Amino acid sequence: MSATSYREAVRAALRDALARDPRVFLMGEDVGRYGGSYACSKGLLDEFGPERIRDTPLSEAGFVGAGIGAALGGMRPIVEIMTVNFSLLALDQIVNNAATIRHMSGGQFNIPLVIRMATGAGRQLAAQHSHSFEGWYAHVPGIRVVAPATLDDARGMLWTAIEDPNPVVIFEHATLYNLEGDLPEGAGAVDIDRARVRRAGRDVSLIAYGGSLHKAMTAADRLSAEGVEAEVIDLRSLRPIDDATIMASVRKTHRAVVVDEGWRTGSLAAEVSARITEQAFYDLDAPVARVCTEEVPIPYPKHLEDAALPQPEKIVTSTKALMGSHA
Amino acid sequence: MTDEELRKAVLTALASVAPELDEAALAPGKSFRDQLDIDSMDFLNYVIALHEALRIEIPEADQRHLTTINDAVAYLRRRLSQPTGS
Amino acid sequence: MPEFRMPSLGADMEAGILVEWLKKPGERVSRGDVIAVVETQKGAIEIEVFQPGTIERQMVQPGQKVAVGAPMALIRGEGEAAGAAPAPAAPAAPIPAPPAALGPAAGRVSPAARRRATELGLDLAGLLGSGPGGAVGLADVEAAAARRTQPAAAMREVIGAAMARSKREIPHYYLGHTVDLEPALLWLEAENLKRPVAERMLYGVLLLKAVALALHEYPEFNGVWSGGRFQPSEQINPGVAVSLRQGGLIAPSINGADRLTLPQLMAALRDLVRRARVGGLRSSELSDSTITVTSLGEQGSESVYPVIYPPQVAIVGFGAVATRPWVVDGAIAPRRVIVSSLAADHRVSDGHRGARFLAAITARLREPDRL
Repeated sequence: MSATSYREAVRAALRDALARDPRVFLMGEDVGRYGGSYACSKGLLDEFGPERIRDTPLSEAGFVGAGIGAALGGMRPIVEIMTVNFSLLALDQIVNNAATIRHMSGGQFNIPLVIRMATGAGRQLAAQHSHSFEGWYAHVPGIRVVAPATLDDARGMLWTAIEDPNPVVIFEHATLYNLEGDLPEGAGAVDIDRARVRRAGRDVSLIAYGGSLHKAMTAADRLSAEGVEAEVIDLRSLRPIDDATIMASVRKTHRAVVVDEGWRTGSLAAEVSARITEQAFYDLDAPVARVCTEEVPIPYPKHLEDAALPQPEKIVTSTKALMGSHA
Repeated sequence: MTDEELRKAVLTALASVAPELDEAALAPGKSFRDQLDIDSMDFLNYVIALHEALRIEIPEADQRHLTTINDAVAYLRRRLSQPTGS
Repeated sequence: MPEFRMPSLGADMEAGILVEWLKKPGERVSRGDVIAVVETQKGAIEIEVFQPGTIERQMVQPGQKVAVGAPMALIRGEGEAAGAAPAPAAPAAPIPAPPAALGPAAGRVSPAARRRATELGLDLAGLLGSGPGGAVGLADVEAAAARRTQPAAAMREVIGAAMARSKREIPHYYLGHTVDLEPALLWLEAENLKRPVAERMLYGVLLLKAVALALHEYPEFNGVWSGGRFQPSEQINPGVAVSLRQGGLIAPSINGADRLTLPQLMAALRDLVRRARVGGLRSSELSDSTITVTSLGEQGSESVYPVIYPPQVAIVGFGAVATRPWVVDGAIAPRRVIVSSLAADHRVSDGHRGARFLAAITARLREPDRL
């Protein structure tokens, strides 16, 4: 075991992929000379050279398109879009090309592309730079969407994504880069299709992903002090969603709270809630609750930003409301 | 009233004090006070329920005829076939 | 503005669930008015107010669990200004609003609860909900099923705790006396001949009245042990032990039994037993007993050695009526007799006074027309 950080784990995953397969290369804004806007590729230019670590112009549509082309041509590109906020400029490439070429070509062409993006709010970057669009991407057939929330997943999901012959979008919550923890020495690839129970419990299922996972864990600790034992599920894969793990949990606890940093309306949480209703209705002892971001553009002042985002306290309050007078 | 109707009346009055009463399990020839754990208050309420349902006076001395289903039906049949007031 | 708080309805009660409010904001209440119904381990109890006033605000909703002592409502006393309520505590961090206004909780059952109730063959009608919005949830169904199959379970705990405490803390002494009840029973039969069946009296009221009257001369058996000493009571409120159909025991009191006529006592007893068995007892009936009377009735044993119910200091028991050979005017004759027994707190009284108390009860039973 060694003490490390989420950022270090991402970098280790990139180095491992670049070392293992010569078809792999990293491309994006400031990934080379600058070392990555979040320092994830620091030192990689020196180690692997400019052919493998490629700085791009400030044009998301351009370099994502180039990545799709490279993938079509047999490479294994890792395209880094600085944040999901800027990916909107490449939405056409991702949704209309990356996601559809295999279908439209009748299976003749694969796009083995990996797109990595930082996502989320919490650092006072205000309305245009604080989006959580995991739900929008998870809506689109033809791509896979994953959200590593732990060091193991930051280290291990990249290689599995590269090996997948289809486009995979990896969301790294910007507040997680500094997350510290331990990784076993031989830590390597992990699956990208299962959800994982991070904390076992019997009274309620807290379902979360990405940056919200740790808030759910904090909420679970607080609830435990009040005699409510929460089971916390890390979705990990947002498309496809691991229904089996979710339903097994809800059948046990009979209550669910879905935590999602997207806005409530039309959220990924709404999708999870609908699936629970479809598959575990008769096991529910209370309606499924959602803790999401308030329906406002993300505010700039800290106290307003904190009030708009999901927080452990809101998760605790929502859970207790579900318990009625059992809490 | 037929015996069947009388039997129903007795069971209804009994059920009003012993709601858990299971008709099929009740032995009609044995005292139901033992079978149903009915105390003196329950018994009095049962007698009053019979009195109100069938509109007949039941002297205290006659209460001993009402302790099994069969005896109760026989007693009530006798009383109801008599002219009122006796 | 005075807060109306959840009363303690038993030594071991910690909380109750509000079933329904019987008075609304704006209504005037007088001392003794029933304000709400609360579900406790002993069943549904009506709780009363002790201060007159007008209900200003209800602070608890039906279905909510309320700890003993927690405020339930604000009652504006006479002469207080309206709206002088304390500011409500600031709400916690905003939570997402539940979708679309929900109607009254009545009849709402969660899918899991409904399925479980079907599995258990449990009728959902009348079930109280403690889930969100007062909906019936799994826990409510499980509790109802447990009460149905093991109805005395919760009550047994309460009784057990009280009886253990009684035996631990109260130094009991016991006395017994066989009473010739024949004159009283004959008198009662003659009385009942004159009465329509609905007004017929049970011999239990004779026993109850005899005890109540005898307490006038022996006040050391009527009161409670509190603050390390005996506090005699001016009122005579005998608790009447009532067995519940599915097991369990409760002893609500008939307050001022000494001042009621026999017919009044019979009516009060019938009403009390009915309400005890369906769950409509009032809080004052459970907390005001100054002594308990327990009668085993026809199917009991010959005599009973009762346990004092704390914080009372005495309990009078009566065994089953039996026909025995007795000596009357020098000759043997069959008489219906009953064994009366007294268990009393030796810190308050001694056997000499206890024996005289029993004798006083016996004397009163010899003159039933004066009861």
